Amino acid sequence: MSEHVMSSKMYYGIWITLMVLTVVTAAVSFIDLGPFNTIVALSIATFKAILVVLFFMHVKYASEKLTKLVIASALFFLVLLLSLSMIDYLTRYLA
Amino acid sequence: MSNSAVQTESHESHGPELLHHFVSAEQQRNTVSLAMWLFLATEVMFFGGMFCAYLIYRTWYYAEFAAGSRSLNIWLGTVNTVVLIGSSLTVALGVRAAQMGKRKLLVVLLLLTLVLGLTFLGVKAIEWHDKYVEHHIPGASFSVADLVREYPQLHIDQRHAQIFFSLYFAMTGMHALHMVIGVGLFLYLTYHAWKGTYGPKYYTPIELGGLYWHFVDIIWIYLFPLLYLIDRKPLK
Amino acid sequence: MATAAVSAERENYLNKEYGIRSWLLTTDHKRIALLYLVSITFFFFIGGFMALLIRLELLTPAGDLVLADTYNKLFTMHGQIMVFFFLIPSIPATLGNFLIPMMIGAKDLALPRINLLSWYLYIAGGALMLYAMVEGGVDTGWTFYTPLSTAFSNTHVVEAGLAIFIAGFSSILTGLNFVVTVHRMRAPGLTWSRLPLFVWAHYATSVIQLLGTPVIAITLVLVVLERTLHLGIFDPNLGGDPLLFQHLFWFYSHPAVYIMILPAMGVVSEVLACFSRKRIFGYGAVALSSIGIAVIGFIVWAHHMFVAGISLYSALVFSILTYLVGVPSAIKVFNWTATLYKGSISFATPMLYALGFIGLFTIGGLTGLFLASLGLDVHVTDTYFVIAHFHYIMVGGAVMGYMAGLHFWWPKITGRMYPEWWGRLAALIVFIGFNLTFFPQFILGYMGMPRRYWQYPPEFQILNVMSTAGSTILAVGYLLPMVYFMWSLRYGKVVGDNPWGAAGLEWKTSSPPPTFNFDETPEVTWEAYNYDQIPVPKEAWLEQ
Repeated sequence: MSEHVMSSKMYYGIWITLMVLTVVTAAVSFIDLGPFNTIVALSIATFKAILVVLFFMHVKYASEKLTKLVIASALFFLVLLLSLSMIDYLTRYLA
Repeated sequence: MSNSAVQTESHESHGPELLHHFVSAEQQRNTVSLAMWLFLATEVMFFGGMFCAYLIYRTWYYAEFAAGSRSLNIWLGTVNTVVLIGSSLTVALGVRAAQMGKRKLLVVLLLLTLVLGLTFLGVKAIEWHDKYVEHHIPGASFSVADLVREYPQLHIDQRHAQIFFSLYFAMTGMHALHMVIGVGLFLYLTYHAWKGTYGPKYYTPIELGGLYWHFVDIIWIYLFPLLYLIDRKPLK
Repeated sequence: MATAAVSAERENYLNKEYGIRSWLLTTDHKRIALLYLVSITFFFFIGGFMALLIRLELLTPAGDLVLADTYNKLFTMHGQIMVFFFLIPSIPATLGNFLIPMMIGAKDLALPRINLLSWYLYIAGGALMLYAMVEGGVDTGWTFYTPLSTAFSNTHVVEAGLAIFIAGFSSILTGLNFVVTVHRMRAPGLTWSRLPLFVWAHYATSVIQLLGTPVIAITLVLVVLERTLHLGIFDPNLGGDPLLFQHLFWFYSHPAVYIMILPAMGVVSEVLACFSRKRIFGYGAVALSSIGIAVIGFIVWAHHMFVAGISLYSALVFSILTYLVGVPSAIKVFNWTATLYKGSISFATPMLYALGFIGLFTIGGLTGLFLASLGLDVHVTDTYFVIAHFHYIMVGGAVMGYMAGLHFWWPKITGRMYPEWWGRLAALIVFIGFNLTFFPQFILGYMGMPRRYWQYPPEFQILNVMSTAGSTILAVGYLLPMVYFMWSLRYGKVVGDNPWGAAGLEWKTSSPPPTFNFDETPEVTWEAYNYDQIPVPKEAWLEQ
């Protein structure tokens, strides 16, 4: 856990980045990028989430490996749930 | 990894906040922090069940998801995203204020967080009310006749649209429930911050409350594009 | 080590405080374990009573004891109570709760108040479940399959669903507490490679509880919302997919089997080592196979849905993955067997149950591989073959492990010994009764008798009579320990701190242990199961 006090400047910097990205993702959704609309929207969301986890939740500067392991396992099992279910749904009506 | 916790048996460091079975404040802090992260991992899977349903039905019924998404108010959605990210900033600054022992600043930041959190819930209530007026709430009076008229080129199936709105209400509802719990949590933290419970030596509850709040924010960061931004491009 | 005379006088967790308040507001992990022990025993006998009624109905081919509707409710609530209110909490919440802090040299679990909260959540869920039962019960099968549960059943699905939702959080909090405790509270010198296998098994169990349980929680919430607010997520009338419910349900409920069996495997490792007087063969492999079972257990769930209409391609994937889970399970069985080799074996009661576990678990596990194969599964899906298979795992495996553990640690928990002769007799009765109950069901299922019917063609009667007869024997086998455990509280022989001559930190403190477990925090300088350094006690209960 954090003993490390981060400068408020950095917090404001992250905040502004998150704000800009929110506006960008909303604006980009009106432009036709074909299948890339979804990819862009989810990439921006993931980038925002990473910023929040690393800086607001102090995972970058003030956490041990164990915290990262907990996050990684949660995501790993989430991916298992989504991907193994999708194997069924994507192939159910083939053949 | 092998941070074998118990070093000595000395209890002189036991302040009022240190529970009997811990040896040091540091051990206690590391312990509850890990517990919070594990709890957040369970929350990932809790929302994960709904994300799984969303992924499947969005693949199957894309047209209805696109139309349903268009019927959501993107302005209110964006404003709410901004509000929630703002509240994450005030929480992060609040933890910093606690670390530096600035009591007044901490209280102000926590109050700001509460205001922003309640604003989010207020905006959400307005959006839900709009859906009620439009008959978009699943149930007996559900109808998407308006969307069928507005987007003839999408060939909307009323039944599939009801699945979209079921997921919309389940996901935003569960998120809002977490926000309500968060507001309750922060009321408690604000009261204690005002009483001066927290300072550079003891600010664990603020840190943990913050982790929870940021997590709920991250869920929304995903809900926003998944629900509001499915398909906004000009229709041919 | 203190002698028996000293430990009888000294203050311990049982005689430190008296009165109902000191129990209901306790944060002592040992007292909470006993609260759990009493509560799950209560639910075990309710579930067991329902099982006996089911078996009694099946004594004759005609549906003559209960109505068809009542029968549906009986097997539904037998399953729900046994799975969610007995098996899931059984070993972790009682023995795990009691022993893990002691095994790692800690004063308590990391989060004692959360531990108490977990028990209250269990009680709240259990009370709601009992309410659903007395109001008229549930008839969906323990699996809550949609659309029966969402659209057609007019029984108390909402109450039962919420009851299991609440009990689920109790389970999550227990698992969370164990993970945090194992990471943060270990005594100096107790590295991961020195942890008892019981702790490893519980760590793996806790990971499943943490990551699996939330998924069934949200799934049950969605079922409840579909019933009450007419949300339509699984509704086939709207184009929703009932199979999605099954995917989400089994994402938890398959790993849940490992929540039941892994702690039992932990018990068996402790007991086998002690009564063979040997270090567990392949310690590292047994420890890591627990983690392996936990992880692979998460990626096999759709084998419950092979004939439900999932895609053939995904069925193929899940079939192969299911075979994989046999690998870590077999690693354990082979290593246990190798532990016995050239061991100095004594057949005390815990050892009888542990040996029973290995045999019955092997049968249960191997018949699981039958069910993993796509072709054979078509033949035996939803027959008594499946019933027999999972009872071999859950009753023959998990409950045998639970009984082994209860007997093994009973002198630690109470400071008194149960009557060894009666113990061995009961173990024998359980083993005979169990096999007589469930082995005929393999044959019944293979011959085509479907599960969940209260009538059957007359040609199945002989095997059903055997099964029903076995169930009454099994009931006697479970009632006996209940009686002699209670008897021993008062009349059992007072024993020393380590009557088995067992390794492990929990045996280095007094019996019953003091509130904070150890007078001084132990420092561990030895490997687990150092039986070569521990003399064999010359005690009556170890005689052949």
